[in-house]
Amino acid sequence: MTDQAQLLPGTLDLLILKAVSLGPLHGYGVLLRIGQISGQALLIEQGALYPALFRLVRQGLLKASWGTSENNRRAKFYELTAAGRKRLREETDGWNRLAGAIASALASQPEEV
Amino acid sequence: MNLSAYFRSIAAKFLHRSELAQDMDEELQSHILHRADDLERSGLNRSEAERRARIELGGKEKFKDECHEALGANFIDTLQLDLRFALRMLRKSPSFTVLAVITLALAIGSNAVVFGVMDGLILRPLNVPHSENLWGTIYGEDTGFQSYRNYLDLRDRNQSFDALAAFNFAFVGLDTGNNPTIAYGFATTGNYFDVLGMQPYVGRFFNPADEQGPNSAPYLVLSYAYWHTHFQDDRRMIGRVVQLNKHPFTIIGVAPREFLGTLLFVSPDFFMPIVNQQQVDGEDLLNARGSTKQIFETIGHLKPGVTPAQALADVNAVGAYLAKTYPKEFGQKSVTLGRPGLTSFDTAVREFITGLMLLAGLILLAACANLGGLFAARAADRSREVALRLALGSSRKRILRQLLTEAVLISLAGGTVGLAGSVLLLRRISLWQPISGTPIHLPVTPDAKIYMVALILALVSGFLFGIVPVRQVMRANAYEIVKAGSSGRVGRRLTVREVLLVVQIAICAVLVTSSMVALRGLGRSMNASFGFEPRKATLVSTNLAMAGYSMEQMPVMQKKMIQALQTIPGVEHVGLVNNYAPLIYAAGSRVNVFKEETSDLRPVNAAAEPYRYDVSPEYFQAAGTTLLAGRDLTWQDDKNAPVVAVVNREFAIKMFGSVANALGRYYKLQEGTRMEVVGVVEDGKYMSLTENPEPAIFSSFLQSPASQSDLVVRSSRDPQQIAEAIRSKIHDLDSGLPLDSATWDSLLEVVLFPARIATMALGVLGMMGAILSITGVFGMTAYSVSKRLRELGIRMALGGQRKEVLLAALGRAFKLLAIGSGAGLVLGLLATKVLAFIVYQATPRDPVVLGGVVLAMALLGLLATWIPARRALSVNPLILLREE
Repeated sequence: MTDQAQLLPGTLDLLILKAVSLGPLHGYGVLLRIGQISGQALLIEQGALYPALFRLVRQGLLKASWGTSENNRRAKFYELTAAGRKRLREETDGWNRLAGAIASALASQPEEV
Repeated sequence: MNLSAYFRSIAAKFLHRSELAQDMDEELQSHILHRADDLERSGLNRSEAERRARIELGGKEKFKDECHEALGANFIDTLQLDLRFALRMLRKSPSFTVLAVITLALAIGSNAVVFGVMDGLILRPLNVPHSENLWGTIYGEDTGFQSYRNYLDLRDRNQSFDALAAFNFAFVGLDTGNNPTIAYGFATTGNYFDVLGMQPYVGRFFNPADEQGPNSAPYLVLSYAYWHTHFQDDRRMIGRVVQLNKHPFTIIGVAPREFLGTLLFVSPDFFMPIVNQQQVDGEDLLNARGSTKQIFETIGHLKPGVTPAQALADVNAVGAYLAKTYPKEFGQKSVTLGRPGLTSFDTAVREFITGLMLLAGLILLAACANLGGLFAARAADRSREVALRLALGSSRKRILRQLLTEAVLISLAGGTVGLAGSVLLLRRISLWQPISGTPIHLPVTPDAKIYMVALILALVSGFLFGIVPVRQVMRANAYEIVKAGSSGRVGRRLTVREVLLVVQIAICAVLVTSSMVALRGLGRSMNASFGFEPRKATLVSTNLAMAGYSMEQMPVMQKKMIQALQTIPGVEHVGLVNNYAPLIYAAGSRVNVFKEETSDLRPVNAAAEPYRYDVSPEYFQAAGTTLLAGRDLTWQDDKNAPVVAVVNREFAIKMFGSVANALGRYYKLQEGTRMEVVGVVEDGKYMSLTENPEPAIFSSFLQSPASQSDLVVRSSRDPQQIAEAIRSKIHDLDSGLPLDSATWDSLLEVVLFPARIATMALGVLGMMGAILSITGVFGMTAYSVSKRLRELGIRMALGGQRKEVLLAALGRAFKLLAIGSGAGLVLGLLATKVLAFIVYQATPRDPVVLGGVVLAMALLGLLATWIPARRALSVNPLILLREE
């Protein structure tokens, strides 16, 4: 627990969009992908993932279709829609601006003020 | 957000509900399997891996719920779930459900009935085109009657109305060839139907072109109902000649079915031109400007842009002109404009029905308070369930929603039952003829508005009592409740429930007080001194004009009738009074009376406005009126003798200072006639039971003949036999004279009618208030006793006296009852002021009423606490303590 960062509110959707943007994934795959791309630093509560996925589908950012997984099991695969791709770009830009601003704020030294 | 995707998902949600649920299940299952695959790879065996995977995923149902919510449109789903759960909960406690539904059905039903009556009498205007713009001029103070000449001047001189029509009543003997029957109709001006904008159903209406002076338009328009019942919808009746009081009239048309005349309470059988009324009534009033009998009401549409206030000023200006031009004859003092339909009853009816509506609203409020208390108690009992649900992750919002669903479900059920009952009742009321033999009815028809009102009331009351337990749920601490159980703590603090109970008892006491006051008043008006004795007296109403008598023949025939009736065995006295006997159909007429020394006989100088009755000798004995001084009228007081009068005590005192002073003194009438007072009789009631002592004069009928009269027959024999004897005696004299006979008592129904209705309505509301407070108090005490059974058991086990146990169990309920009753009594006494104008002497300071209310409330309290008290006393401490 201790080495895993707390997820900021609102960032789950962004992470899901990012994970899916790298290729179609089923729900469990999304979890694994987020763990993988964050270097196992971000932990998603398993159950919280599905309401988020449904929400994104409803908003038209993701589309879902049933398929067969690498384990040879039936699974529902999610992929980005055009709207989802656009949203991911916007949110990524927004996030980068915010992160940059906070980083520079935190890096400021007494003599710079 | 992508709107179309959103709607697609909602649509999908509706269309493939089960598919979606299955889809979700499958997806979560697939998640678990994938996770288990990973766990298996890390070395666990398959079953252990699957178990772990399931645990890691957590509450599957909760996620499914959240997914539902994420998909939107789960409102219906949740509602369905809530409804199913609510139904299950309500089925589990049938007595609570039935009690709640009945309570609401009564409350909503009574509101719907009162609203239906209000809708019929006040909200719904007359059934004519553009009725919103229709106004009537009501002259005078006591009745709406005025003269035809004045109407003509008003019609021609006013600038506010498009056109003015007028009507009067015409009671005639209608003879289609075989036997005359009495029919009730309107005599109207020629423009009546044009002004109202009505079209005939069959044939044509008469119009101003038909009016060519007195008796020029012998035409008859039938109402649809009369045509239907008496002529079997026969269209060939148009053009047929019938006899109205022996005069030929041609039927020219039938009014549309929905047109019931321009009075709400009375639906006429026919319409005839007012210019022909002399023919049927025998009295020529078309040129009598001073008459107050010819016109009942004038009506017309206001011109566009004219306000009622401007019209009133205009009409009063015409009145002022008439008063200046005809100072001797124009006796009217003021004019009011009103909505046609209820005429001078308008204000009284409006206020009474508004009052009823308020009381009905109070009933509903009391019912809500009652159910609110019950719901709070239920919520307290269910606090364990609520706590469990909270602990299992349910949101408070969901729980509240569920409780509200339950409340609204009950209120809708109650509303439906109440509405069904009230529609049945309203149908009965609309068919009801409150006074037999008269065309009086209550025009109420349940329509869509009533259904709407009932629905809204049901929803509002559902939310009202449903939110009572909200605070309780919001503050519930799941952990504490699950740990400690829900054993009630008995607080000293006044709870919401108790406040509600006090409010409810107070409302109930208001209702009980008002109905007691009304009952008392009715009792008083039945036993009040009328100035005559209605018991053992039969009234025989005849109109000699119906049989074609001339003015000169009338007194002769009337004397013959009196003498004939006197020969009936068992008849003690027979008298006659012209027009109608006192208190019959509220039909008294007033005259202006001047002091002997007054020479300027303008209405403004009148010393008194007594009611005038023209009576026969022996009338006072027949009516049972006591002669205080002087003599009765005699057969010698005929038209060749000096004009004399018997006056009542009030008149004697008002004009001459005392009864003794009045004898032998003179007063003058409007036209200058000097009348000598020869006798004084006791005061009486003439127009209404609630009136103050009014002056009255009685002159000889021989000196002022009239066609319409009431014969008063006093006899101790069975009224039925007397009526038959009367009928045969009159038939012997003239077989073509229609007559109505009824006991004076039964005819008083008409004047007692408002008080009866008021008492009935208040009685019903009072009963409902009582029932509500019984259930309320019962619910509260039964609940608190059941909560405290253990404590009571311990008290008994430790040797507590029955009295002490009872006091502990019920003391608080009684205290609340006392507070509520006290408050209600005070409010109720204030409210009786509203009743004063319907109910005879509705005084709040009546020891019987006060005592009655206190007694009634105490009885209610006893009744309501009886069962809980029995239960408290029958506690067996051993069993009770073992159970816990």
